Amino acid sequence: MIDVLEYTLKDFKSENEVRWCPGCGDHAVLNAIQKAMANLGVKQEDFAVISGIGCSSRFPYYMSTYGFHTIHGRAAAVASGVKCANPRLSVWEITGDGDALAIGGNHFIHCIRRNIDLNIILFNNKIYGLTKGQYSPTSDRGAVTKTSPQGTIESPFIPGQLVLGARGTFFARCVDNNIKNSQEVYEQAANHKGTSVVEVLQNCIIFNDGIHAEISDPKMRDERQIFLKHGEPMIFGTEKNKGLMFDKAMLKVVTIGENGVTLDDILLHDVTEPYGYVHQQLIGMKLPEFPIAMGVIRAVEAPVYDQMMEQQIADVQSKSKIKSIDDLLNSGNTWVVE
Amino acid sequence: MGNTKIVELEEVAIRFSGDSGDGMQLTGALFSDTSALFGNDISTFPDYPSEIRAPQGTIGGISGFQVQFGKSRIKTPGDFAHVLVAMNPAAVKANASFMSPGGTIFYDVDSFTQKNFDKAKLNTDDPFEECNLQDFIKVAVPITSMTREALKDLDIDNKSVLRSKNMFALGLICWVFSKPLDYIEKFINRKFAKSPIVVETNLRVLHAGWNYGLTLEHLTPRYVVHPAEIEKGTYRNINGNLATAWGLLAASQKAGLDLFIGSYPITPATEILQALADRKDLGVKSFQAEDEIAGICTAIGASFAGKLAVTTTSGPGFALKSEALGLSVMAELPLVVVNVQRGGPSTGLPTKTEQSDLLQTLYGRNGESPLVVIAASSPSDCFHFAYMAAKIALERMVPVVLLTDGFLGNGSEPWRIPKLAELASITPRIATNPEIFKPYSRDAQTLARDWAFPGMDGYQHRIGGLEKDAAGNVSHDPANHQRMTDIREAKVNKVVELVPDLEVIGDAKGDLLVVGWGGTYGYMDGAVRDLQSKGVAIGLAHFNYIKPLPANTAAVFAQFKKIVVCELNLGQFAAYLRDKMPNFHYYQYNKVQGLPFTVIELVENFEKLLEDKK
Repeated sequence: MIDVLEYTLKDFKSENEVRWCPGCGDHAVLNAIQKAMANLGVKQEDFAVISGIGCSSRFPYYMSTYGFHTIHGRAAAVASGVKCANPRLSVWEITGDGDALAIGGNHFIHCIRRNIDLNIILFNNKIYGLTKGQYSPTSDRGAVTKTSPQGTIESPFIPGQLVLGARGTFFARCVDNNIKNSQEVYEQAANHKGTSVVEVLQNCIIFNDGIHAEISDPKMRDERQIFLKHGEPMIFGTEKNKGLMFDKAMLKVVTIGENGVTLDDILLHDVTEPYGYVHQQLIGMKLPEFPIAMGVIRAVEAPVYDQMMEQQIADVQSKSKIKSIDDLLNSGNTWVVE
Repeated sequence: MGNTKIVELEEVAIRFSGDSGDGMQLTGALFSDTSALFGNDISTFPDYPSEIRAPQGTIGGISGFQVQFGKSRIKTPGDFAHVLVAMNPAAVKANASFMSPGGTIFYDVDSFTQKNFDKAKLNTDDPFEECNLQDFIKVAVPITSMTREALKDLDIDNKSVLRSKNMFALGLICWVFSKPLDYIEKFINRKFAKSPIVVETNLRVLHAGWNYGLTLEHLTPRYVVHPAEIEKGTYRNINGNLATAWGLLAASQKAGLDLFIGSYPITPATEILQALADRKDLGVKSFQAEDEIAGICTAIGASFAGKLAVTTTSGPGFALKSEALGLSVMAELPLVVVNVQRGGPSTGLPTKTEQSDLLQTLYGRNGESPLVVIAASSPSDCFHFAYMAAKIALERMVPVVLLTDGFLGNGSEPWRIPKLAELASITPRIATNPEIFKPYSRDAQTLARDWAFPGMDGYQHRIGGLEKDAAGNVSHDPANHQRMTDIREAKVNKVVELVPDLEVIGDAKGDLLVVGWGGTYGYMDGAVRDLQSKGVAIGLAHFNYIKPLPANTAAVFAQFKKIVVCELNLGQFAAYLRDKMPNFHYYQYNKVQGLPFTVIELVENFEKLLEDKK
């Protein structure tokens, strides 16, 4: 059985020509997800990739799995239907910051609240790309775009905070150009039971080029990103000598070996912390005071909607006298006319 | 008892009316079930406000339930009530215009106080005179004080006492109409099995009402309506929403596919979602979505994954589903959408009936977006048409909208229970050969595409809202878009092969053809039969299949000198017929009052139309 499932990336590539702009971050995400899927031990025909509308939502056409390119904002709802209809499928939702957080905001939070076992890959480039450059719900305050010529006057969503607010059980972050780390994150997202949200910091080379450059610059990666691993100390830096610890209930960056700080003082990452108090702070860390948190930030166990749906059906079926439609039609108050 | 006059009647309509917290819906439903079990044919019409508990004693808070029962086929709840049970002065005022001349009014005389006259905005202390009800038989019954008296030795609070007043009225009316109490007693015992004091309270008051009837004997005639002669079989009483839910379930079992319903609560459609949520024993997956859009989108997802998928709603919710409905047209996935129509536009009249969503259903989407539209015409035939909606969707890979309305959804009638084996076969178009499968390869005859879903090896494919070519590739080719648009329209039109010919009720040719669709059937039928019995050459063509229309529609129309299209809107079906069947002249009769037609108004209008020699 196992040898049958020895897939490679090629088993997930479709014949369709990939039509994203040359240099678009989406190419790398596609590559990392295909690699992750090949490793999951799931039959190729059991994958379903559901997307909304936007550049990233063309994703299903570039996959050789089952795919459904739906309508703007509704991918989470359609994917919820697919997964509930058949929980044995591995269902992936491909969406963007406009698709998931603006027009589809309602479906996004409710899907997370229900904890349906989906993998939501949220491509965050802080701009509307397909409509050619309008601000999105994650654009930074003051961002100058075609629809905000004087700069935006609204605060952006921080996707991870929204996930926590919706009682999310899994949140991870990665950068498009770090395929190795991204692939690990996607695999962990897929293995989590419940709604997994992965925010990919993705570069739109045409309409918002370099929006994440400060963070994603490979040369500065060790200084500006912290790769979190469950059970391990939160350390980063080229010298691996910087870390995070608590000071008056707030995170702060410290240097090991300075001011009496030792490795033992550094916080250990716990993805299972139920209230998400530390997760909240990790998600909110910003340059230059902090590195940006990468990897799996939160992964807690909770009841899974699609499994409970089947469980309730099994429970009722084991007790109910009604086994068929004929039983149902003849139940309750009936009378015979002769 | 000896001097009680017993009157035998063919049919009688009773209206129970009181505050929305007075339990009038339950009272009416119990009386209806009792009548049906006794063998009468019945038809019911609940008429209630959209507020759950509007201010007590006011006109706005009045909740009514009308039932007509008789010894022959009963197709409507009756234009006017022969008997009114009024729990307060507001109920008298609110129902004055719905009373049959010379009828009987039983009223709670204890509620006839100045305070209640004021609440009902009556100007005098005689509601009967003020509402022109002088010629009616009025029976003053001290319902409140008798109820209190019956319960005086029980240790219960005043609220509980007042809450059981409806049982007094029910017991009394059962006596008046010679109905046995055993069904109601059983119901009370079962419903309140966990609370012996509630059972005791209700039973005592019910019997007190019945016994009070005995003391009334010299005042009030007793009525007997003999059982109806109806087709042999096993029957039950069913309302339109439950029949819809069960029709979908029957289709699911027949097709061998689990049923998935994604819906959002909305009056008057909510009961379908509730009924299906309660059928996990039959494998139903019910998903109460965060909004109407998610309702249909989860259903589309379930359809993509190979289930019989359904979403249910009413007008405003249907509007919200429009874009997703277009997706199901484009993706050519099977989907059943039930729209239990209510008064519109906007929030409109949530608890009242109307047929004004027809054009929205036919045309309310962007692009050329054809789908199948069918309409049920009685509470019980919602079962059949829900079943057919699912059959057409699964066999023709197309979304189907089933239109019912608040009158059908809430109204009930006895129904002969079918067996699953008697119902038409359903063969979903599940793909069988991966070698030749393409997402948009189709059956040459029906134009339906094949259905393959995740989990089926060898059929992996991508679909979506973008225009595709036959192989499933995105295509912006002009000729391809023309071809696919033509195919989607033709595919829907080919469903006519599954549509039975229109059958004319009454005369097959003559002076006037009355045309209707959907929930107005009972009234239309009553009016046409009435005129036919007076020697008028008149026929009724009542439509259940709207897109596509039955194949013989033009042939039927050609047999009549005049055609009048009657609908509870401003002429939507008439407009559609003018487009599809332009060679005829259509008169219209329309009403938008949130109420069904009455037989009388239809008859008057048809007579006028017949007199007019133009």
